[in-house]
Parts: sequence; C-alpha cells; structure tokens
Amino acid sequence: MKKRSLTGARLTDVLFKYIALSFTILALAVLVILLVDIFSKGLGRIHWDFFRNLPSRHAERSGIMTALAGMLSLLFFTILFALPVGIMAGVYLQEYGKRNRFAKFIEINIANLAGVPSVIYGILGLTFFVRILKLGNSLIAGAFTLSLLILPIIIVATREAIRAVPDSLREASYGMGATKWQTTSKIVFPSALGGILTGIILAISRAIGETAPLLVIGALVYVPFIPEGPGDQFTTLPIQIFNWTSRPQAAFIVNAAAGIIVLLLITFLLNSIAIYIRNKWYKKIKY
Amino acid sequence: MFKLETIHANLWYGNKQALKDISIGMEPNTVTAFIGPSGCGKSTLLRCFNRMNDLIENTSIEGKFLLDKEDIYTGMDVYELRKKIGMVFQKPNPFPKSIFDNVAYGLRILGEKNRTVIKDKVEHSLKNAALWEEVNDSLTKSALSLSGGQQQRLCIARTLAIEPTVVLMDEPASALDPISTAKIEDLVYELKKKFTIVIVTHNMQQAARISDKTAFFYLGELVEFDKTEKIFTNPQNERTQNYVTGRFG
Repeated sequence: MKKRSLTGARLTDVLFKYIALSFTILALAVLVILLVDIFSKGLGRIHWDFFRNLPSRHAERSGIMTALAGMLSLLFFTILFALPVGIMAGVYLQEYGKRNRFAKFIEINIANLAGVPSVIYGILGLTFFVRILKLGNSLIAGAFTLSLLILPIIIVATREAIRAVPDSLREASYGMGATKWQTTSKIVFPSALGGILTGIILAISRAIGETAPLLVIGALVYVPFIPEGPGDQFTTLPIQIFNWTSRPQAAFIVNAAAGIIVLLLITFLLNSIAIYIRNKWYKKIKY
Repeated sequence: MFKLETIHANLWYGNKQALKDISIGMEPNTVTAFIGPSGCGKSTLLRCFNRMNDLIENTSIEGKFLLDKEDIYTGMDVYELRKKIGMVFQKPNPFPKSIFDNVAYGLRILGEKNRTVIKDKVEHSLKNAALWEEVNDSLTKSALSLSGGQQQRLCIARTLAIEPTVVLMDEPASALDPISTAKIEDLVYELKKKFTIVIVTHNMQQAARISDKTAFFYLGELVEFDKTEKIFTNPQNERTQNYVTGRFG
C-alpha cells in the first residue's frame, strides 16, 4: 500500500516536470518562430545604407537614420530628466522617509504607476507638456513623457537596491561617527549602485520600445531630418517600424523587419549589459 | 573614577522595558564582560553607550549615561561621542571596499586628507589589531576576500583607527571558529592597555578568560557586578550561580 502511493507520487512528479517543460518549449518556440520570420525577411536589408538613409517613399532607398537619431536624442533627454529625479526619490523614500501610513500609500502608488498602460502617460504628456506647457510635439515633450513612464521603474529599482544593502554596514558607519549623509553617500549608495544601474538600463530598454505614448503626443511618423535641438520634431525607431508595417507594399514590410532586427539587437545589448553589471556587483556585496 | 558609567538607567522599546534601573561603572583600561541569557538587555545597554539605540524608533531612555563624567545624551554631539566610543559588532561587517579603505574610512569621514597621515594610521591600526602581518602585501584587495576571523580583526582595526578611548564589543567572536576566537581574545587582552573595553559575550569561558570584571544581567536587571574571579567562583546571587554553572540560560 505504502509502496503504491509512493509510485503515484513519483508519477505526478515526473508528469509535472514534463508538463512544465513542454510549456517552456512552447514559449520558446513562439519566440524562435518570430525571430526566424523577422530575420529571414529583414536580414538581407541590413547594410550600411539602411542606417544612413533618410526615410523615403521608395522602400529600397528608405533608411532609419532619422529614427535612430531621434531615438537616441530622445533617450538622452529622457535619462537626463528621469535619472536624477528617480534616484533621489528612491534614496529618499528608502533611506530618509519615515515608515508611516503616508509612506506606504506613496509606495503602493509608485508600484501601481509602474503598471499603468503607457498610452495613459501619452495622454498625460499631450495634455500637460504639449498643450499646457506649450512644448508642442517636440523632442523635449517626448522626453518628459517617457521620463514619467520610466520614473516608477527607476524609483522601485533604486529602493530595492538600497534595501538590499545590509543594515550591518549602516551600523558600522554610524558607529564610527559618520553622519547620515556620509553613510548614505559613501557606503549605502556605492553598495547599491549595481542594482540601481541594472534598474536604469532595464528602464531605458523599456523606453526604447515605447511607441504608443509618443504617437499620442504627436511624434511624427515621417521626419526627413535629424533633430538638432530639444524643440525639434522627431520620430523614433518603433514609430518608423509602425509606419512601415502600415504600408501596403511588401518592400516596406521587409524594411520593418530590418528595423525590428536593429531594435531587438539594441534591446538585447542593453539587457545583457544590465545582467552583466548585476552579476558582477552582487558578487561584490554578497554576505 | 569611572571611564564609563550609568546611573539609574531605564530603557523602553515601545511599551517593553528592556533595561531596569541599571547603575554600573567601568574603570579605565579594564575589560568588563556583560553576560546573561538572550534578551537580558546586555546588548541593549552596550548600545546605549554609543547611542546606537537612537537608530531604533520608539525607544525611550531615562537615567544618566556618562563618559568621563560628561553626559552622553545631553553633554555632547552624537558624532563626537561615536568617535570616542568605538564599536565592534557581532557579525564581521567590513565595507565592500579594499582593506586599506576600510581602515581609512573613519579617518576620511573625520576630514583627514593628508595621505601620509592616513597611511601611517592605517598601518598602526592594523598592527594594533594584529592583522598587519597577514595583510600588509594585499591592502588593495577587497576586504570581503578575507576570512571571517580576519574580517573581524579588520573591523577592530577600523574602529581603532579613529582613536577612541572606549571600545564596545558585541559578541565579537560568536561567529568565528576557535582559532580566530583565540586571536580576538589575545587581542582584547592587548588592547586593554590603551583602551577601556566592554564586551558582551555568551561564552562564559571567554568572559572568565579575558575580563577583569563581569556583570550578570537577567530580564533587564543587573543582577550582580563584581570581579570576574568572584562572579565565577563565589557569586553572591543564586541566579548568577545558576547561570555561570550552566544550570539555565
């Protein structure tokens, strides 16, 4: 009797293992099919000219120069705004803020903000930055909007990283007569930097993929020039891809696939950097 | 004349009274051991002397705490106090920095910029902590690459670097192996020539070996405080007797 129930338990064990495995394979298969499809369509389109050309109504002469330039400038300004605010807010909430109801309330709201659909941020950006602040559909309005979008991610990552710093290090520092600022700036922040950087890079790679909020604030789908200042109009790679996929000609679909490959590679690169930093840093402060 | 002293000290964590009317004095250049079962208040009292309890919310304190007859809570700045009263913690807690930077940390936060001075003091402190011989050729290595016992001596060196007059030790050897423990004990014996040491320990043999005086705490009260020899051979209180002979605790 005992033996039979044991075999039953073992069977469930094995069965569960294979069920889990098959779902993993299913998820991976979808990804592989997607990649194969995109690479087979777009890889041939990727050469030097594709990066150098302006968008054009002739598919084969079209390139992603303005989209890439727009995306990079957009990211530059987004990071410029979101980084200091996000890190400061995270440090304050975790290291300085009191643990009371109000803090909990803020905490929950920030976590919720991270889950708000990006279109909503677009609408906020349209109302506030584009209309009220009269920034128009400019690079700076886009950067502000994306900053709002990634702020919660940066704040949460900063808090998590700071929380991971053992209290024993803070005590050691205070015990030697260090002030709160000395402890935070010389011990806590450097120890948490790896986690913070990881969060920032993940936030950036999220920002790179965003299309919806930028379309809402009125980023153009066709921009035949490179933005020269924060007040200029712009387009980004995902918007360019979106534009190409909505064209009827098959040649533009090929362009879109090539654009997707570029976007994927950038995201992949950023995520790899994030993982590398995280592994390296956590080894350093592990206790 | 006491170096460190409390007079009628009471402490509450919220509603829970952790220290009950404690009066005790430590003479200069002695080692005083605090013993007692877990939760008896010995670590809490230790942390009153350098005001580490300030970091815990909802703590209220009554009574006097004196360092060289000056009031620790009202007579001096907390940062100044902690430079005079160093602390070594239960678990070795070196900063994730190099060995050198760990010891130099206190000097740097004090505002010392002169590299030669820092270098000399780092060397001096590492020698005082009996660690110099083992690390003098690897000062730029991460402190976390050291063994547990070495890390703890590094933490001691780090504390000594800011030249305190009192060193508080909160079970400094409880996370270490016997050989490392012996090294720490030898070190404590050496250090008492220059510093006043208060050590919390769960290890009764350790208290007997290294301390001049021993205080036995139970449920937040100071039950007995006397010469170590007397506490261990001829205690006046029955609870002390039961504890040191291992009948409870």
